[in-house]
Amino acid sequence: MSSLPNNSGVHSVTREFLAFVLGDETYALDIMSVKEIRGYEPVTKIANAPNYIKGVINLRGDIVPIVDLRIKFGVGEPSYNEWTIVIMLNIKDRILGIVVDGVSDVMNFEEEDIKPAPEFGAAFDSRYLDGLAAVDDLMVIVVDIEALVSSEELGLFDTLDTV
Amino acid sequence: MDDMNQFREMFFEEAQEHLETMETFLLDYDPESEPDIEALNSVFRAAHSIKGGSDIFGFKAMTGLTHVMENLLDSARNQELFLTSDLITVLLETIDLLKVILDNYHEDVEIDWDEVESGKTRLKSVLQEAKDTQQDATQEDDSVQDAVGEQTASDIEDEGFGFFEQEPEGSNSSDLEDEGFGFFEQETEDSKDSSLEDEGFGFFEQETEDSNSSDLEDEGFGFFETSSLDEETSEESQRYGFFHERLETDMASSSSDEQNKEAVHPSQDKQTSSTTPTTKLAPAKEDKTPIVKGKAAAESKPSESASIRVETVKIDKLVNLVGELVITQSMLNLIGSEAQESIAEKMQTALAELERNTREIQEAVMSVRMLPISFVFNRFPRLVRDLSNKLAKNIELVIEGGSTEIDKNLVEKISDPLTHLIRNSVDHGIEAPADRIAKGKPEKGTVKLIASQRGGEIVITVSDDGAGLNKERILNKALEKGISLPDPLTDEAIWLLIFAPGFSTAAEVTDVSGRGVGMDVVKRNIEALGGRVSIESNQNVGTTFEVRLPLTLAILDGMCVENANQVFVIPLVNIVESIQPLESQIKVMQNRQLLWVRDEYWPLINLEEALYGGLHPVNIGESIVVLVETAKRRYGLIVDGLLGQQQVVIKSLERHYRRVKGVAGATIMGDGSVALILDIESLVSSQSLELEEEVDHVILT
Repeated sequence: MSSLPNNSGVHSVTREFLAFVLGDETYALDIMSVKEIRGYEPVTKIANAPNYIKGVINLRGDIVPIVDLRIKFGVGEPSYNEWTIVIMLNIKDRILGIVVDGVSDVMNFEEEDIKPAPEFGAAFDSRYLDGLAAVDDLMVIVVDIEALVSSEELGLFDTLDTV
Repeated sequence: MDDMNQFREMFFEEAQEHLETMETFLLDYDPESEPDIEALNSVFRAAHSIKGGSDIFGFKAMTGLTHVMENLLDSARNQELFLTSDLITVLLETIDLLKVILDNYHEDVEIDWDEVESGKTRLKSVLQEAKDTQQDATQEDDSVQDAVGEQTASDIEDEGFGFFEQEPEGSNSSDLEDEGFGFFEQETEDSKDSSLEDEGFGFFEQETEDSNSSDLEDEGFGFFETSSLDEETSEESQRYGFFHERLETDMASSSSDEQNKEAVHPSQDKQTSSTTPTTKLAPAKEDKTPIVKGKAAAESKPSESASIRVETVKIDKLVNLVGELVITQSMLNLIGSEAQESIAEKMQTALAELERNTREIQEAVMSVRMLPISFVFNRFPRLVRDLSNKLAKNIELVIEGGSTEIDKNLVEKISDPLTHLIRNSVDHGIEAPADRIAKGKPEKGTVKLIASQRGGEIVITVSDDGAGLNKERILNKALEKGISLPDPLTDEAIWLLIFAPGFSTAAEVTDVSGRGVGMDVVKRNIEALGGRVSIESNQNVGTTFEVRLPLTLAILDGMCVENANQVFVIPLVNIVESIQPLESQIKVMQNRQLLWVRDEYWPLINLEEALYGGLHPVNIGESIVVLVETAKRRYGLIVDGLLGQQQVVIKSLERHYRRVKGVAGATIMGDGSVALILDIESLVSSQSLELEEEVDHVILT
């Protein structure tokens, strides 16, 4: 493969992102991590879980956790109705769903389109941000979803507890 | 390339199996008794297969090593060489080395050629050594072998036994040196003078050609001594031990050979001890061969198991699919119950049929995952052999119930904890031989490893007949380490202290065990498998560890309960009884509710509170209390209602989430929703535990 000339690859890499809405803000995540998009359905509550972990659902035989980022980051109103969307993600061989207010678009960004984010502003810790991108008048917050999901802060994986 | 890789994988798997076969046979091999030719053949075949396979793939290190091994085994199975305990040890070491090499090739790691060469050299040298020392035997065999075949043992028995038993009495080692030559002279009348001084042993002339004479003298004598003096326990006697036995039984049978006969007769007449050398091996060989042949004929077919090799991934997938099928089937049941009258009856019949078939498929698939626990047990004879050699203890490992079947996943995971327990028994349990004798116990210690199935559980016990746990030492150690003592201080509770982290009472830390990292890990691993471990111990009688494990990790018999509009599954094994309590049975202590039932006070736990925290006042009169107990705790769980008993397929929460306290896993119900399976043990907090202890106290007073 490397022997083939690939002009677009040499200069900049175009990546596809899925844009979604939390409250009034537009976010985007790498579309390669998206498994599917589905409507919100009732979950089974899990014991001893923080409030932003809504519970688990049965995704074709897999027991999969559902996280509401709106609660975790205090963005928007956590409401659940027929338009509430769950983005199922496949990260590090694990599946989880995140609840969002809506999915807007698929966007293409090149590396240089993504500007570094200032230290303040977004509800997300800048560790979990790739940066900011401008689409017309809209500011899109590009999330490093893998870093976010596997973070200790979210407590989704047994990272510390090696037993 | 892919094809090649596939074949490589097959080779690795097969080689691994062959190595295990070899190890098993060698461990079973008793150098003291008749050589088991069938076993030797199996070992040889395994070595040969590895050699052939490794050659194809160019794994030179394996080919070289197995080649030497094969030579040795070939001599052994052709009866040219006797496998002594030392030889077996070297062979086992070689197998270990082969396993390492195999792994290296598998993972494309650089081969440690020095190691390979030294392994080869070691094998060759022991082979040579063994050949030298046994040569006389083999050579004579060669000469006599043909002749001997048919003769009945009885002919010669008289003669043979006669002199063997009488002569040895007379001769002791000093005799041998002085007079020893004497009898040689007699036997080999021709060679008399000359042989005595120079070559000494008429019969051994053959030997002497190969080996130098000084060696001969030493070894030769050693030999005679042992063969004639039964009690000698010198190193030599061990080495030649087998000549001995054979001699007694066989000696006579062999000698159609003139030479032999001559040898026998003169010696008998003159009643000198010396005949041994001649008859010695020849007969031994002879009588053996026929026996072996008979055996081989009878058992020549190695048990060909009608089985195929299947990737575990495929089985796991099958298990998952069956799980789905079970769920679909219960969905159909729900729908079927709503069927209109006209078809209702037919529908019910069909559904009942479907249910039965589903259950049978489920059981059949589950049984595919079950393996005999001997898969784990088989590695322990080696462990015990090595450890007892290292510790200079004489220990026998008794294994029972190896055919007990257990879930494949459990087989892999139970191995480490059991290894720890067995090490512990060998190292700390069984006393040194001298101590055992002083206590009037047999010198040989016994470690028993027993598996059995009891209800829905597999029970594995590791017991030794050693010193037993030392109560005082454990208590002192616990105080020293600042481990809080249980209350009340029952024996059982004291024994359990050894599972506390960092606990080790071994006076001296050996490299076998004693670092105190083992036992708490053992307990944790077993509990992670949904199992329990308990200890029974008696001073100077021994210690028994009992490990109880669920039969399978995949399926659970559970009681479905409803609470706050959510369904939960309680493992049936934990449930004592479910009751609808009367107001009068409820007592209150320190704002905690207790239930008076079965002549005991049971602390009451509100399921909602236990899982999600907060206070949730319930109207006890309308609730159901499920009395549950585990090895450690017992309490009543307040729920809204019972839904019924059901077999559920356990799904892991950890696969996509993480472990949750109080929850053992999840399952999918008939309607596709998820229900949590409760872990009764970890459901209640330490706070409730304290309460429980107070309750115990209440009961006591």
